[in-house]
Amino acid sequence: MTETHAASTAATYEQGDPGRASASGLPAIELAGVAKVFHSGSEVVTAVRAMDLQIVEGEFFSLLGPSGCGKTTTMRMIAGFEEPTSGTVYLHGRDVTGVPPNKRDVNMVFQSYALFPHMNVFDNVAFGLHRKGVAKDEIGRRVNEMLDIVGLTGRGQRRPRELSGGQQQRVALARALVNHPRALLLDEPLGALDLKLRQAMQVELKRIQREVGITFVYVTHDQNEALTMSDRIAVMNDGVIEHLASPREIYEHPATRFVAGFIGTSNVFNGTVARMAGDVAVLEMGASERILVPIGDRAVRAGDTLDVTVRPEKMDISTEQPSGDLCALRGTVTEVVYLGTSTNFSVTTSTGADIVVFQQNSATARDLADRGDSIWLSWQPQHSYPIG
Amino acid sequence: MTTVAARPTGSASGQPAHGRRKQRRWTRAILPTYSWLVIAYLVFPIAIMIVYSFNQVTTGLPQVSFAWNGFTTRWYQQWNGIPQLTSSFWLSIQLALATTVLAGVVGTLLALALVRYRPPRFRGKAAFEQTLFLNIAAPEIVLGASLLGLFVTLNVARGFLTLLISHVAFSIAYVAVTVRARMAGFDRSLEEAAQDLGANAWTTFRKITFPIILPGIMAGGLMAFAISIDDFVTSNFVSGPQVPFPVWVYGATRIGIPPQVFVFGTAIFTVGILCALASVIMSRRHRPA
Ligand SMILES: Nc1ncnc2c1ncn2[C@@H]1O[C@H](COP(=O)(O)OP(=O)(O)O)[C@@H](O)[C@H]1O
Ligand SMILES: [Mg+2]
Repeated sequence: MTETHAASTAATYEQGDPGRASASGLPAIELAGVAKVFHSGSEVVTAVRAMDLQIVEGEFFSLLGPSGCGKTTTMRMIAGFEEPTSGTVYLHGRDVTGVPPNKRDVNMVFQSYALFPHMNVFDNVAFGLHRKGVAKDEIGRRVNEMLDIVGLTGRGQRRPRELSGGQQQRVALARALVNHPRALLLDEPLGALDLKLRQAMQVELKRIQREVGITFVYVTHDQNEALTMSDRIAVMNDGVIEHLASPREIYEHPATRFVAGFIGTSNVFNGTVARMAGDVAVLEMGASERILVPIGDRAVRAGDTLDVTVRPEKMDISTEQPSGDLCALRGTVTEVVYLGTSTNFSVTTSTGADIVVFQQNSATARDLADRGDSIWLSWQPQHSYPIG
Repeated sequence: MTTVAARPTGSASGQPAHGRRKQRRWTRAILPTYSWLVIAYLVFPIAIMIVYSFNQVTTGLPQVSFAWNGFTTRWYQQWNGIPQLTSSFWLSIQLALATTVLAGVVGTLLALALVRYRPPRFRGKAAFEQTLFLNIAAPEIVLGASLLGLFVTLNVARGFLTLLISHVAFSIAYVAVTVRARMAGFDRSLEEAAQDLGANAWTTFRKITFPIILPGIMAGGLMAFAISIDDFVTSNFVSGPQVPFPVWVYGATRIGIPPQVFVFGTAIFTVGILCALASVIMSRRHRPA
């Protein structure tokens, strides 16, 4: 590995959970400048572009992005089902480019589960151990132990088609985990389950991952799933990682406009910096209307245009003009949706932006504003976050 | 028939709704009745063959006749009473078995190629599929005549080998098409899962692909066996001094059919029915979730 390589590793770790940065040794999975181009007929599709990625031993890592952004392709390159067009894949420091899937020490859980229909649950789970030539009584012991862990005790003799979707999912998981892979790759494993079962399995997966301590690489297009389960998330768009950080960091400080829009609901404002007050940029949006943006270590000058995101739950609605140290905008309520614990207000600002505000429901919140009312929006400056 | 009779009674008793319901019930019986008539039409000759294989013969030289002379199992006891018929029957069985194996292997591999690959890896796939279809659609007499021409030109002595080559030639397409149809729903990720769990290409085929597509291969093999054992047209062109069963029977019709022909016919039919049943049961059991 080269100098620049090591440097980029360090940079990536800085963004993540600081506890993980100290993890000694090599990353479990590492992609260095990996790209994948498909040629289908006359069409050329670039699925993954020059991707650098380090996944730490034992972490729950998610690849999150919209359909078609290259998540599956990335995962299939790690598993060995696709060879990168360029770049290198390392598993625990070993260059595995060109090594077939059956010689890689990672296992995959397929979205369709891919359970062998002509074998019972026990034989499905034992398949990998048989290939490794593990002794018969040890296979029996390990398979049953794994069936216990995934909650399928005593179901070994069933055929896959006799199981429910959730149970099939668990068999797929057990079949991969029983081999003690160095990393487990899961491609939208809960995509085929209904919402309730999916939420139960999210908790279950997290528990199993803690229990077995194996690195999980989890592909999903569901931002809630990624936020609740992951230690770190890489948000992908069009073959590129746009933001790689902890769930909190990604939610609160999205790196790009795309990430802000993809993770949760986000309001984006665009304005020109009127002046700098220390490291806070002041965007004058109209009479007594302003957005204050702490810009951190960005190089921003008066006269620059800036995109700013603010989460809907960070904003307040009031009928009186807010105090001068807050961000403040005038607007008109266009829609009010009561949701039990909270109320969603759709507001068109005086600058013409359509935004959303979530207000917790309390005794007073109910009558904050009605459709058509002119109101003030306000929020603390630290909730303004520059993007792009 | 009773429903037809009952209908006017229903209307006459001043219950038109009731009558209409009856009428609808009657019309609903048309298609099933029709279907059973067609089945009867198809099964009738076979039933005649089975029944008359137990018929006594009064003529000096045993020949089938369609006058019922009384029940006997004599022809079953003397099933091999006509050495030429017996040897032609065994030739047909050997030929059909060899054809099943060869066409089964070749056709299955073709089906795999057709299911898995497409251009640019499989260049000219569309043309290939057309050829396969033409092979099925082409009149057999053309195939038979051209094969005979080929063997004569190449100076190949006609016998078991020429029969086998010809039978395999016209069975392959049927096997390929049958196996491919059965493989249409095969999930490729099963093979990837096996590989992912440490299986190499051969183990993956042996443990996963083959057992799952086996019912399809069996159906294809059954097809090859069925069309080989009763082939007349091509066999008539390319057989040597020893002719297969259908060709022998055809030759015998000119002097009179010995009752043993019905015995062999009944045996082939029975085995065929058993194979078809086994195939249906197998594919039911192996049907994926
Ligand atoms: N085998 C393939 N041949 C051609 N194009 C492909 C192939 N696999 C994926 N792609 C294309 O690559 C892009 C990324 O696909 P994929 O990795 O499956 O995305 P995701 O899993 O994020 O939905 C898509 O545009 C897809 O059409
Ligand atoms: Mg995908």
